[in-house]
Amino acid sequence: MNAQTKIEAGNDAPVRERLVVVGNGMAGCRAVEEILARDPDRFDITIFGAEPRVNYNRIMLSPVLAGEKSFDEIVINGPEWYSGNAITLITGDPVVSIDRRMRTLVARSGLVARYDRLILATGSDPFIIPVAGNDLPGVVTFRDLDDVDAMLAAAERGGANGEQGRAVVIGGGLLGLEAAHGLSLRGMQVTVVHLMPTLMERQLDEAAGYLLKTELERRGQTIVTGADTAEILGRDGPNGKHVAGVRLKDGREFMADIVVMAVGIRPAAGLARTTELEVERGILVDDHMVTSDPAIMAVGECVQHRGACYGLVAPLWDMCRALADHAVGKPSGYEGSVTSTKLKVSGIEVFSAGDFSGGDEVEDIVMRDASRGIYKRVIVKDDRVVGAVLYGDTADGSWYFDLLKKGEDISDIREALIFGQAFADANALGGGALADPNFAVAALSDEAEICGCNGVSKARVVACIDGGAHSLDAVRSNCKASASCGSCTNLVERLLALTLGEGAVERGAKSLCKCTSFTHDDVRRLILEKQLKAIPQVMQELHWTTPDGCASCRPALNYYLLCAWPGEYSDDQQSRFVNERLHANIQKDGTYSVVPRMWGGITNPRELRAIADVVEKYDAPMVKVTGGQRLDIFGIRKEDLPAVWADLNAAGMVSGHAYGKALRTVKTCVGSEWCRFGTQDSTGLGVRIERMTWGSWMPHKFKIAVSGCPRNCAEATIKDFGVVCVDSGYELHVGGNGGIKVRATDLLCKVETEEEALDHCAAFIQLYREQAWYLERTAPWIERVSIEYVKTALFDDPGAVAALAARFHHSQQFMQDDPWAKRAAGEEAELHQHLAEVRPLALEMAK
Amino acid sequence: MIGEWLDIGPVSQISPGNARTLPVQGGEEIAIFHTLAGAFYALVNKCPHKAGPLSQGIVHGNVVTCPLHSWNISLKTGEALGDDSGCVPTIPLRVDAGRIYLLREAVVGQQAA
Repeated sequence: MNAQTKIEAGNDAPVRERLVVVGNGMAGCRAVEEILARDPDRFDITIFGAEPRVNYNRIMLSPVLAGEKSFDEIVINGPEWYSGNAITLITGDPVVSIDRRMRTLVARSGLVARYDRLILATGSDPFIIPVAGNDLPGVVTFRDLDDVDAMLAAAERGGANGEQGRAVVIGGGLLGLEAAHGLSLRGMQVTVVHLMPTLMERQLDEAAGYLLKTELERRGQTIVTGADTAEILGRDGPNGKHVAGVRLKDGREFMADIVVMAVGIRPAAGLARTTELEVERGILVDDHMVTSDPAIMAVGECVQHRGACYGLVAPLWDMCRALADHAVGKPSGYEGSVTSTKLKVSGIEVFSAGDFSGGDEVEDIVMRDASRGIYKRVIVKDDRVVGAVLYGDTADGSWYFDLLKKGEDISDIREALIFGQAFADANALGGGALADPNFAVAALSDEAEICGCNGVSKARVVACIDGGAHSLDAVRSNCKASASCGSCTNLVERLLALTLGEGAVERGAKSLCKCTSFTHDDVRRLILEKQLKAIPQVMQELHWTTPDGCASCRPALNYYLLCAWPGEYSDDQQSRFVNERLHANIQKDGTYSVVPRMWGGITNPRELRAIADVVEKYDAPMVKVTGGQRLDIFGIRKEDLPAVWADLNAAGMVSGHAYGKALRTVKTCVGSEWCRFGTQDSTGLGVRIERMTWGSWMPHKFKIAVSGCPRNCAEATIKDFGVVCVDSGYELHVGGNGGIKVRATDLLCKVETEEEALDHCAAFIQLYREQAWYLERTAPWIERVSIEYVKTALFDDPGAVAALAARFHHSQQFMQDDPWAKRAAGEEAELHQHLAEVRPLALEMAK
Repeated sequence: MIGEWLDIGPVSQISPGNARTLPVQGGEEIAIFHTLAGAFYALVNKCPHKAGPLSQGIVHGNVVTCPLHSWNISLKTGEALGDDSGCVPTIPLRVDAGRIYLLREAVVGQQAA
């Protein structure tokens, strides 16, 4: 039973209106403060609090947990405030019922109080996820001082046998991360499990969420995203059952001495509900914070105003102002709040405000500074700031927030906006010349450093341009400015325009896409040099100008990373075209075609029967022999794909990758085994090549053929890699294409054995994989770099073929898993299933 | 307001960067998108160009690129961007307490159209 404190004030004043406040938290007390400031003598005030203590600043619990503040330091109103203002405080005694007709309320202790005006400030309750074990001792929320005390006690105790204590925090939002930070500082080994793929997804975009995750991991926390909790595990301890860990739906388990549930809050509207006030998610209030009962007001996290419920402290101040104005008869009204968020984790600066969901009618202004770990994004719509996400440098957060709330026209400072208030102000003083985007650069002194990586001044860049470097590439190769991290590319481009005039700047090699100034080659080189291993990391380090890329760069980056870091990089499904995501070919009607692999184009009755069965079972309208010697089953619905694959798998067939930028098929003719002209076993070699190369992702699709003699029935000389068998061995051909622009292959070399043919095939493919641009077939690649270059790369160094082949085989270890088998076993089922089905007739009847 | 919105389940059903589909008996299939920045949108699942299933496109910013011919469609307005022109109907959607709601009239009303 909680200790009951009752602070009563000696009171001999005349009879006043009785104001009772339910809730001794930040909202309730602030409301009282506001009322007292307007009319200190109007009400006889009583405050009921559920917690057994005076009013404290709940949002400062994080610093208390982290050891940065003590409880005394976060008390807002001590006992003297209550007595000094003649307020009766009843703590540790929650109100359990209200009689609106009699205007009385009853507390748990049986205490009855009468009111003329009632304020409900019951706040919110932490959301408890409905899983087994959620009520075990050692499972806490992060809401009040008792929770903090429980966490501190767990940290103090440590783990079994004097080991470091372990904590699992469920929820990677604002509150969860603050709890994790505090526990970590208190010496616990902390794991954060978060349902969504990025941390703080409601406040941060993917780029900032990625930086935050990286920093927390650097600090020793384990961050598990996309983690759905299945169960909280318990164990029998000396004092009965106690929490022991958390098990995820994917089966992973994390041991814990304490589990903190911080997945969200919901308005504490239970009392209002039983009192039959109008309640939806929260207690419904009008603009004066009045509920459906004119005698009852409500304020804070428990209310729902104009459809919105707030879980942050800032809206409180405005709500309490409106409530107090109304209570003293001078109504002003509250119109809702725009909120901003700041994470209270020391050393990590994160800020977000407004709408950062992006879009086409808004403009994203993005600045990234990889060396200082900064990401800034300001979202502008119709010349007004509508949102901001800042990571690493939040100094200007309040300035952006202010611009946002005031809806100020920023067209005059647009060019300087992203550099912050100081820069914008300085330039405004310079005569408002920012309408000229080159102004900021023109204003720089000659000594100003343009390129930090290579220490190049403005004067040197200009001298370099004057000396004949008339393109970005020329500047890069001449004075090294913008040649390393690229963050100054924009400045160098402006200096080019300023020095030469807009029209005279020569455009160099095309950039990968509109999101970056780097070329494909630059990006591939920098991924290796800087050891970049995730798409958001590439975008941050290479200063992408968009928050999450586009449909051109995402698939390219995904491939480049996959190629650079085999076995290490985990494929990003959201960056793949539909065919590669669904492992089938989309057709014009939205159905899919399915091509099982037939090694070397050879099949057997079992496979043919399985295919025939699938065609009948799923009512496929057409089955066709493809140009690559396979059978293509048309008209399969995406929902049926996993079942189709299961049936084909059962007959021993795997994905044919007819849908991928990958090895497609190895086409063969029958060769020496049957053909009277055949010189070698072309089918046998074809099967061996296909077994070696299947499953490998490439810059573009890749087709191989093996012909048994120079009559070339397998059409090997229009393939990416073609083998033509001759009496004395194997001619290897590369760079052919039978598509829009027919190109016959170039002869690469001639080898004597099958083993050599296989090695050269692997080496050539790896060279293409490592050096071609994404979506560049071998034919245009070879036209671009020349067949001589390819020959040099393969043959100048006698070890090159073996080294390339070894890299290819290493990569293949991680690629040759049948993607169909995983899907048939139920992986990523949501990609194939509808969310639900709407049957309007049934709906109308239910209405 | 209650009753005019159809609850189609928790936001966690659609991971960021993905879309899922909602067939409507007697009407057009709806695609519900979750962007990488965390916003949700609903559109008729048909590209204005050649009726490609937009739900299967790559989502970037507030744009989806149609899987058939790479038209870029605004998730907010349903309009084709760039040099292409055309528009696909959008379905009013709101997210409330972690659940996705679609405006009932817009879902059911399609069949009359």
